[in-house]
Amino acid sequence: MSAQVDTHAHQDDHGHHPKETFITKYIFCQDHKMIAKQYLITGIIMGVVGILMSLLMRMQIAWPSQPNPIFEALLGKWAPGGVMDADIYLALVTIHGTIMVFFVLTAGLSGTFSNLLIPLQIGARDMASGFLNMVSYWLFFLSSVIMVASFFVEAGPAAAGWTIYPPLSALPLAQGGSGAGMTLWLVSMAIFIASSLLGSLNYIVTVLNLRTKGMAMTRLPLTIWAFFITAVIGVVSFPVLLSAALLLIMDRSFGTSFFLSDIFIQGEVLHYQGGSPVLFEHLFWFLGHPEVYIVLLPALGITSEVIATNSRKPIFGYRAMVASILAIAFLSTIVWGHHMFISGMNPFLGSVFTFTTLLIAIPSAVKAFNYITTLWKGNLQLNPAMLFSIGLVSTFITGGLTGIILGDSALDINVHDTYFVVAHFHLVMGISALYGLFAGVYHWFPKMFGRMLNKNLGYIHFWVTAICAYGVFFPMHFIGMAGLPRRYYTNSNFPLFDDTSNVQILITVFALVGGVFQLVFLWNFFHSIFYGKKAEQNPWRSNTLEWTTPVEHMHGNWPGEIPHVERWAYDYSKPGHDDDFVPQNVPLKEGEEELQH
Amino acid sequence: MTGLLTILILLGITIAIWQMVKIFDLAQANKDVTQIANDNDNRIHGYLMLAFLVFIYGITIVSFALWGDLPLTSNSASEHGPEIDRLMIISMVVIFIVQTITQFLLHYFAFKYKGEKGRKALFYADNDKLEFIWTVIPVIVLAGLIMYGLFTWTDIMTIDEDEDPIVVELYAQQFNWKARYAGEDNVLGKANVRLINLDNANILGLDESDPNAQDDIITTELHLPVGQPILFKMRSQDVLHSAYMPHFRAQMNCVPGMITQFAFTPTVTTEEMRLNPDIYEKVRNINKIRVQKSKKLQAKGEEPLDSYEFDYLLLCNKICGKSHYNMQMKIIVESEEDYKAWLKEQKLFKNSLVQN
Repeated sequence: MSAQVDTHAHQDDHGHHPKETFITKYIFCQDHKMIAKQYLITGIIMGVVGILMSLLMRMQIAWPSQPNPIFEALLGKWAPGGVMDADIYLALVTIHGTIMVFFVLTAGLSGTFSNLLIPLQIGARDMASGFLNMVSYWLFFLSSVIMVASFFVEAGPAAAGWTIYPPLSALPLAQGGSGAGMTLWLVSMAIFIASSLLGSLNYIVTVLNLRTKGMAMTRLPLTIWAFFITAVIGVVSFPVLLSAALLLIMDRSFGTSFFLSDIFIQGEVLHYQGGSPVLFEHLFWFLGHPEVYIVLLPALGITSEVIATNSRKPIFGYRAMVASILAIAFLSTIVWGHHMFISGMNPFLGSVFTFTTLLIAIPSAVKAFNYITTLWKGNLQLNPAMLFSIGLVSTFITGGLTGIILGDSALDINVHDTYFVVAHFHLVMGISALYGLFAGVYHWFPKMFGRMLNKNLGYIHFWVTAICAYGVFFPMHFIGMAGLPRRYYTNSNFPLFDDTSNVQILITVFALVGGVFQLVFLWNFFHSIFYGKKAEQNPWRSNTLEWTTPVEHMHGNWPGEIPHVERWAYDYSKPGHDDDFVPQNVPLKEGEEELQH
Repeated sequence: MTGLLTILILLGITIAIWQMVKIFDLAQANKDVTQIANDNDNRIHGYLMLAFLVFIYGITIVSFALWGDLPLTSNSASEHGPEIDRLMIISMVVIFIVQTITQFLLHYFAFKYKGEKGRKALFYADNDKLEFIWTVIPVIVLAGLIMYGLFTWTDIMTIDEDEDPIVVELYAQQFNWKARYAGEDNVLGKANVRLINLDNANILGLDESDPNAQDDIITTELHLPVGQPILFKMRSQDVLHSAYMPHFRAQMNCVPGMITQFAFTPTVTTEEMRLNPDIYEKVRNINKIRVQKSKKLQAKGEEPLDSYEFDYLLLCNKICGKSHYNMQMKIIVESEEDYKAWLKEQKLFKNSLVQN
């Protein structure tokens, strides 16, 4: 670490880098910028897999049990004659959820942008430990491979939902997917958690120790605040999931009874006694709920940066924004029980969790209002990244508001586990975080690859995605409030729900169109890496330090000394300056005051 | 073979889109080298933001117009149901007011302040008064909702044993439901899955020596007398299930190894509910849809669908395995006389055992 901080030593050492081979540069690389790209591309590939699964599910729900050649082609023995099997439907539900939540929106989002931006925006040569960073990526890669490989085991992949509640997930007798498929799921997630912890520790240490001269915590861009707090939440909550997974492995393979008791299945009584599935639910959601914010906070951080830059205005209420990140982080660890109102836990606990859950709406509301106020009287540069950020605020509000219903224990009784929940969390964390990811990619693509993405393709991508996202998830609230449970392979056994079948078809059409149009992004992304327009050093005229580095990547990020920070990150359109932006490394003019923040 | 063909076709479509995107990209390649939004882009997308606002309002209105009858916010069939419905409607109203205003501000500002070359944004970084206002307003609104919600919740979840509720066990297993009535003594006999003995048809694992168990009654349909408080005790023999009775605004998980509970008082009999104009209309609409579907099925030479008649249902609402989607039990709410008559026809536990 000391060598990294000592700029002179590093410079000398930088001129001749003789041992740079293909392997050290592109594969086992310790440079944070390359690791960020590795995370992003792995995340995109996992995203394609995850979205494809959701499209298969949507087709099954809209046209239940109809032979579909696409099923036959993609699912093979799981769709004999093109009719999807009920077990594989649940497997798709499970793996889609797992992949999107963990592999795309945790690793793909945090992994990419924390790695890319933390050193660049705080003015560091690299992460505190490049080696751990590399290990973190490769563990993530390994866990991705194992997760996808679980589709190829004989009895199918894990199919107990991404929440893998025992006993269903513990007993191969209860479900085919709870055999080898679930073992692979647990192994994959254990490796994933190790990866995530290594990454998070690295981010925390880097932010705390490697900030350049003048980069006080109160001058950190909001992106860094978001990544930093996200890492802290990860370190606090992921180990609990790991412990839950380990205990589940013990129950599954070594005959313990942590989560199991009094079970009679397929004609036999099992030996388990004294355990409780509710304990697992507590442990799972102690990660599971903070996980929502692990997904969301980086997206909000990216949005803060993109909105401020493109509004040519300081982010409104910097202190309130930091305070709300801290408040959300704290509250996120004491609200997990709102997933368990009707789990059989004491109703008094339900009251407590209702209270804490609705509290979390307050910092969220403050953030939304601050974004809107930032737009007010701005000079908005409607780049694709900006559109995705505005889109994020829109879906964050729409999705967040229904949280008021789900967080209320009395109302949760009747909408729990219905499509209403599906609509709520897809909008508030799925789509919002995905928009954050896209905004980040459009905004920092020039930094990552030295080239520009095609803006018109970006515009098409945004508008079609935005319309389809609302088209899919808005009507879904209504069928949820009709009492339609989620995770049903088909609803045709309930004539009661026949009047929702047309809505299901409409939703599927929107989903298919939205899914196909992601190809526009993929083309833009992969084509522009090689053939995009060459980027200038600071294309968005932004204040943060990453834009003071040369376009061509180099080890150590800055050719000379690391710039010193003289001001906060949001001096956009500040009176007294000719330009409408003042980079963080520009000293204060004589008599110029830095804002009290 | 079809599989291979389909993959080829999908591949073909993908390549076609890919190529279209490429042509699009090349066609406008030289127009703007910077790939940064210019005034023209800002104008176009500013207007599109406004259009998108209209789209959000539009989809809201259309959803309500087309599917506004779907949500279960009226015609509940239990005593506590209207409380939940009222709270739901109040919450929805709050949500829609906030949604309408904030979406308007967001998209309108995105349109109004679209960038123009040479204009300078207002340097406006902070305002404690504003921050205070929009912290306090949500606090007040949420405090109201929390209070209302907590009172409702406590009211629903507090079980008043003095009311002498009828005790019924809901027993879940992959993939069906059983109900167990406590019989004359209104006390359920002791039970544990370890006592299940399929040979003598002790399918729910009742303690055969427990006197309270003798008059228990096990059924596959749930009959409830109208106007009487019912205390449900939930059990599961294998995995988690959830006993969901949407019309009664009632739900509770069934957890192996423990007994959970939920109580409500049904207020509308099945017969009355069938005659309710809203339900009548809903059923008519569903039958129209089913006739349409039947026509398609018959054209393919398959059996047509039965016509639908309204019934209350108990659904499984916690993922429980392969046939989770078809784990249901019919609920019939009827007058006390009908209920008693029905109960009398059922076999007592002691008589249901097979003597070997």
